[in-house]
Amino acid sequence: MFTFDPALDAKVPAERMQDLYARAHEWYRVNASQIADGGAQLQSVETATTVKNTPTGTVVVDGPFSEAKEVIGGFSVIDVPNLDAAIALVRSWPFLELPSWGVEIRPILVVGRKSEA
Amino acid sequence: MSGSGAAADPEDTSAPSPARGRAAASDHVLSQVVREQSGRVVAALAASLGSLDVAEESVAEAIEEALRAWRKAGIPQNPGAWLTQAARHNALDRLRREKRYRTKLTDLQPGADSTSALPEEAWSNPSAEVDDRLPLLFGCCHPALAPDAQLALTLRAVCGLTTAQIARATFSTEPATAQRIVRAKRKIGATGIPLRIPDSTERAPRLDIVLTIVSVMYNEAHFVRGGDAAADRDLADDALWLADVVATALPHEPEAHGLLALLLFHRARESARSAGGELVLLVDQDRSRWDQNLIGRARIELELAARLRRPGRWQLQAAIAACHADAETAAATDWLQVLVLYDLLLGHDASPVVRLNRAVALDQVGAPVAALAEVDALQAELGRAHLWHAVRAHLLRRLGRHDEAFAADRRALELTANDAERRLLASRSGR
Repeated sequence: MFTFDPALDAKVPAERMQDLYARAHEWYRVNASQIADGGAQLQSVETATTVKNTPTGTVVVDGPFSEAKEVIGGFSVIDVPNLDAAIALVRSWPFLELPSWGVEIRPILVVGRKSEA
Repeated sequence: MSGSGAAADPEDTSAPSPARGRAAASDHVLSQVVREQSGRVVAALAASLGSLDVAEESVAEAIEEALRAWRKAGIPQNPGAWLTQAARHNALDRLRREKRYRTKLTDLQPGADSTSALPEEAWSNPSAEVDDRLPLLFGCCHPALAPDAQLALTLRAVCGLTTAQIARATFSTEPATAQRIVRAKRKIGATGIPLRIPDSTERAPRLDIVLTIVSVMYNEAHFVRGGDAAADRDLADDALWLADVVATALPHEPEAHGLLALLLFHRARESARSAGGELVLLVDQDRSRWDQNLIGRARIELELAARLRRPGRWQLQAAIAACHADAETAAATDWLQVLVLYDLLLGHDASPVVRLNRAVALDQVGAPVAALAEVDALQAELGRAHLWHAVRAHLLRRLGRHDEAFAADRRALELTANDAERRLLASRSGR
């Protein structure tokens, strides 16, 4: 899961962003054998709507689920033998050059079987 | 965690007696035997089951059983085989209960190629020469685990401590410790943290985590000694043992030798560290009580490390400890050398505590004003540590600023008192 602070990303010059997107594209190509599903890039957090449970029933609110500055920008599904391999792959993700970026690694739950990275 | 309370009770630690043949062995001897074997059994079982969790639980149970049985009947001739057998038995039970591991059962069934399943089989690693506890240790100290989880899991899976012993040794409660270990193992299983020795570029930072955990283990022992809380287990001894295991298994890693040297230097001064229950500062210690045998071993390790020509923070700290060991009196200390070593150490570890220690050396070479400036610059980071106030008080006094020195000393005392109170409360809460 790719996370970043949109406010900080907005300050990055357009050419640099373009360069990063090009390298991210290349990253997916080079690592294709380890990527089970390219996943999706999400639209900006202003478009987020959250449905929450409250004592009086569910409510629909404008905005993301968390107040944090960092938001989830998208996700990809990778297929690697173990966490060390996942970390090694994620370390090469081009956008990690930007100050607020982070990549959260989570195993996928596979029902009835031990989960994979 | 069945029966952990009963087996781990420190029975009669007031009268430690050496193991007399097959008569009841002391808990200390039992712990040492267990420590020597358990990590190997966990590693082998984890390799054959593909589950650290099941392996570790089974061995932990076997250890509880062993402590009970051996206390009565004495230590068996081959304690490793005893533990392996018991752990395997427990693993079988556990696997029968857990459907998802059912396929693994065939690997453990007697008759089904039973010889290949356990320790006889070398770790299925290209470098099979390496101590099979090392991959386990690196897994327990994986950076994806929180430091307190790394410590607790290492103590249990590698050193063979019971949950109760870990709880006492780390000033935690038994349920909290058990929970910490369960969570760590769950994360290892769920995320696929591999039990392996990292190679090339990963090696150095990962080894540093392992060495840090060993060092933390040693330091925890000092808190405990003050509180007299875990008489049945000397964590400093465990740390020394583990540092030795790592240095022996990775002879070409200079930092592993460096940490072992550092801990040996510390251990050598142990008996001079306190007098009448009071902590004695390095400069005031009776140096004739330093253990020259341990100092000799420390020097050999430091020499081994130096020959590999890759300096690092543990080696430099050991070299500083060597400077103190070399000086016959505190006044004879080569402080200039100490300062030079601290300057080098800053290149590897610029943490506030290192900078504070460097300031002490700076003062000793005749620069108290510069030393005080350096100490003052650390206020934001260390202002709540009693040591910072104590060092500052010392420097202020040297500079004739007695009122400020008095105030700093009083603040140091307050913070120490708070610290002790905090520890006491932490150890009581939840019991």
